[in-house]
Amino acid sequence: MPDRETLSLIGGVLAILFVATTIGQRLKRSPDVGINPALVDAFNLRIRAWWMMCTVLAGAVFLGPPARVATVVVFFFISFWALREFITLTPTRLGDHRALFWVFTAFTPLQYLIVGLGVEEYSLLFSVLIPVYAFLFIPARVAMAGDYKRFLERVAKIQAGLMICVYCLSYAPAILSLKIPDYDGQTATLLFFFVLIVQLNDVLQFAWGKLLGRTVIAPAISPSRTWEGFIGGVASASLIGAALFWATPFTPWQAAGMAAVVSVMGFAGGMTMSAIKRDRGVQDYGTLVVGHGGVLDRIDSVCFAAPVFYHLTRYFFALS
Amino acid sequence: MTARFGQNTDAAGTSLQTHMTSTLLAVIARILSGASVRWIDSQPDTCQRVYFANHTSHLDAIVLWSSLPQRVRALTRPVAAKDYWEKGGVRRYMARTFNALLIDRTDIKVHQSPVDLMLREIGTEQSLIVFPEGSRNTESEIQDFKSGLYYLAKKRPDLELVPVHIDNLNRVLPRGEFLPVPLLSLVTFGPPIWLENGEAKTDFLERARKSVRRLKDL
Repeated sequence: MPDRETLSLIGGVLAILFVATTIGQRLKRSPDVGINPALVDAFNLRIRAWWMMCTVLAGAVFLGPPARVATVVVFFFISFWALREFITLTPTRLGDHRALFWVFTAFTPLQYLIVGLGVEEYSLLFSVLIPVYAFLFIPARVAMAGDYKRFLERVAKIQAGLMICVYCLSYAPAILSLKIPDYDGQTATLLFFFVLIVQLNDVLQFAWGKLLGRTVIAPAISPSRTWEGFIGGVASASLIGAALFWATPFTPWQAAGMAAVVSVMGFAGGMTMSAIKRDRGVQDYGTLVVGHGGVLDRIDSVCFAAPVFYHLTRYFFALS
Repeated sequence: MTARFGQNTDAAGTSLQTHMTSTLLAVIARILSGASVRWIDSQPDTCQRVYFANHTSHLDAIVLWSSLPQRVRALTRPVAAKDYWEKGGVRRYMARTFNALLIDRTDIKVHQSPVDLMLREIGTEQSLIVFPEGSRNTESEIQDFKSGLYYLAKKRPDLELVPVHIDNLNRVLPRGEFLPVPLLSLVTFGPPIWLENGEAKTDFLERARKSVRRLKDL
């Protein structure tokens, strides 16, 4: 059974989600408030994605060890779907087909199998399977297919997709296997804290940008990301992180620092994925999927923040 | 009624089993191809139709068929090449499950044209899925349509001709590959067209081709 801190954290998030859902539905039903309906729809989609994330992560907290496996399986499916979206929007050639087949059916499941086993001995394999072995396999398999046109570019696209959608995201469920002194059996709460900060930072950067945004960082990439929004988002996410320190193994200052790092990385992820989207001329990764904004659009910041959060926690707070 | 079309002549048990298998295969096809379905100025209906689509992958027929609602699907038969779908037990079993209408490409006779065969088989209830490009297309543009669609329309002017565009399935299972890569695809149904009075064959076929092509950009 989770302790009181965890319960209050989840309870607080549920309360906020409930309020946000109510606001979203009310805005949808009264179109005369003067807010862009597309914005309201985007907001509601985001809320729905959060309900799903919250349910999964809270499930992991309540069910304990068996749910660790379930959480890893859920993250596997998210990775798998995000990779589908990524490769779908990235032009590949016939010669890439066999390499892609192994990327989807071997490397992606294997990476999550290693996370799911959660055995210390495999932690080296966990960190090298994709950046070393998959990265060597992909160009070799593409070369064997005999098509050298734009070879390096095609290989790099597959590698980038695998790196961002699978390797980086797999660090999030890997948090569950960390051994932190005086924080036994509470790593699910830490994962919850991490996802919460990343998602809040997304919203806070957007909100600060709307309120104070003047200086756009890179207009061609994302007209809505401003320095004011970025700084405001990182600062307020750090404050929230510090205020939630009691749910983590960190002191208030450490929690603020972690939240700041996670926020900067989340921003970097959003920026990078926007650049890829602009290059491909699409709004969302879910363009081929009717009626939802795309999984990759929801998790881009998580992908970039997860490895850094994992490593900092592991080297400074966990037994290794 | 089913016996008339030479299918499921066995007891009801077989038909229930076929029904379950076909539903299962439809679900698998949808998951594997990640297909989203759009109906643009068009609605699913059980009236007699000919769905005509661009052809880029062996999965086209299965995915298009599984994109239809169950009650429509039960009345809709993909037209497929006999030489491919009768090779081996698995393919034959699948062709039967999808209630495919197999056409012998090597043995076409004047008095037994594929169009006559199709029209006889569908009677007054069933619909067809056809790929008027003939063989699977490896080019990025849709190729010229074969004339079968024109003769179907000429002989049965009451059939609704529904254009369908299938996007990205050629990357899921390209020509010459047998292992699919589970990317995402998109099936778009457009508004029906009919053969106009006195419309020339080439004009009609070009118009039909364009009606599929325009769905790609919507």
